[in-house]
Amino acid sequence: MDPIEQIRALATILRKEIHRFMRIWMQTLIPPAIMIMLYFVIFGEIIGSRIGKMGEFDYMQFMVPGLIMMSVISNSYSNVVSSFFGQKFARSVEELLITPLPNYIILVGWVLGGVARGLMVGAIVTVVSLFFSELTVANWPLAIFVVFLTSVLFSLGGFLNALFAESFDDISIIPTFVLQPLIYLGGVFYSITLLGEPFRTISLANPILYMVNSFRHAILGASDLASLGISLNVAIGMILFFIALFSSISLWLLNTGKGIRS
Amino acid sequence: MSALSIKNLKKVYQGGLEALRGIDLEVEKGDFFALLGPNGAGKSTTIGIISSLVTKSSGKVEILGIDIDDNHSLAKKKLGVVGQEVNFNQFEKVGDIIRNQAGYYGLSFREARENTMYYMKKLDIWDKRNEQARKLSGGMKRRIMVAKALVNKPELLILDEPTAGVDIELRRSLWDFLTEINNSGTSIILTTHYLEEAERLCRNIAIIDNGEIVENTSMQELLTRLEVETFVFDLQEDISNLPKIENYELRIENPKKISVTIQKGQGLNEIFSLLSNSGIKIASMRNETGRLEELFLGLVESTIKEENHGPH
Repeated sequence: MDPIEQIRALATILRKEIHRFMRIWMQTLIPPAIMIMLYFVIFGEIIGSRIGKMGEFDYMQFMVPGLIMMSVISNSYSNVVSSFFGQKFARSVEELLITPLPNYIILVGWVLGGVARGLMVGAIVTVVSLFFSELTVANWPLAIFVVFLTSVLFSLGGFLNALFAESFDDISIIPTFVLQPLIYLGGVFYSITLLGEPFRTISLANPILYMVNSFRHAILGASDLASLGISLNVAIGMILFFIALFSSISLWLLNTGKGIRS
Repeated sequence: MSALSIKNLKKVYQGGLEALRGIDLEVEKGDFFALLGPNGAGKSTTIGIISSLVTKSSGKVEILGIDIDDNHSLAKKKLGVVGQEVNFNQFEKVGDIIRNQAGYYGLSFREARENTMYYMKKLDIWDKRNEQARKLSGGMKRRIMVAKALVNKPELLILDEPTAGVDIELRRSLWDFLTEINNSGTSIILTTHYLEEAERLCRNIAIIDNGEIVENTSMQELLTRLEVETFVFDLQEDISNLPKIENYELRIENPKKISVTIQKGQGLNEIFSLLSNSGIKIASMRNETGRLEELFLGLVESTIKEENHGPH
């Protein structure tokens, strides 16, 4: 396929993916908004007012970047894993495999679909947060860059999960037992500086910590990164490293036919 | 140039099942070719390898002279496949399913829309373009599969049991449609369990059994090998006795039906005149089974027995 044909094919996959999650918007776009609203009411208004300040920020202000990232991560991941596994399960992935599409277009198409949903949910959550907290963004380009990279990374994670999954149980195990604990322990609701040892050191192994704090840095202009002695460049470098790693593994698996070819 | 060329193709699945044992196959450009075999013979594995749904263990496959390993993308552009099972998202609208398939081949939006419209109208599903596919009958879903396979205007079309489970009306309209596109130059490979279908449509045939090609010839040549043929006569009036006719084995099936088995080279004229002379009036006549069916059963007899009774 020439580059123009590849772009047309990529646009078809992306359009189809966006159409899929928009068609079921009651399942894909509304629940994150309601969930985040509950977080704001319970943790922000009721409990947050008793917590007081987190560093130099109100607890509600501190929570907003973490909650946006939490929504982006879980929605990017779940969009790709459910969509691609659904296609595998219904055998409609064969529609793509019999065409001249290169594997990297299939991968990029699905990842962009996950990014589209992740960013859309992120935007919805941001709007909801405006009802509860003032939001001033310290560095817009950085905020968009970090949220985009994070969405790409977790879309790739969802794709890998879908490739390995053989049943619907397999697509809920990783989000439930790996992703959710990492998100909740990744500094969404608290500053890592509050943790004692050894939990503080253990938390440094959680990649989500760097993403949440990079984004918090872009929104608030301050985060745990400085107190941990980690520069923003290192945090972003880690996200890029994992993107490269997950992309390579996904492409290798697609090329060998793992999970999609007999 | 061949539409399809397969050389020493082997497939061993994980677990050791040897599905293909080094098959060779040539399908000429413009041919209407039947690939037949009992269940599990290797037909779908062969089609799966050609369409990249199955990875081959070894061997070579060329589509219109293009090696699928050397130029995978170009080879696939020339191919359309109608799979055995429904393999599209049934929650999508019919028009979207077919237009998206065109998009995966990199067709421009305009070309995709035009091709979609053309084949939907040809296959009589244009009225259903805005309906969710899951709401349609099995026959309609089959038509969607065919339209999807044709939307990129392939030079080689492979159909894996396209008429399985569809009513006779649709089957016949599909036959006419396939004949039309074959006449316009598209090479077609057909697998089917309806041997009448293969006999009616295909010019050449290969029979695969236990992962090996056991027959590969023209339909005409194969049918001339028929040693015996059984004909059934429906009678206008009941009979209780049959006249004895030398060299012919006549049987009463019921008072209004008789059958006769004739050897290769024997004619039916003698039977007609003797029955007529005996006052037996014939209403109609037909083959007891399809001619191809008799040959097919002879060629793959052992596998079918194993299927019915299990391995010993």
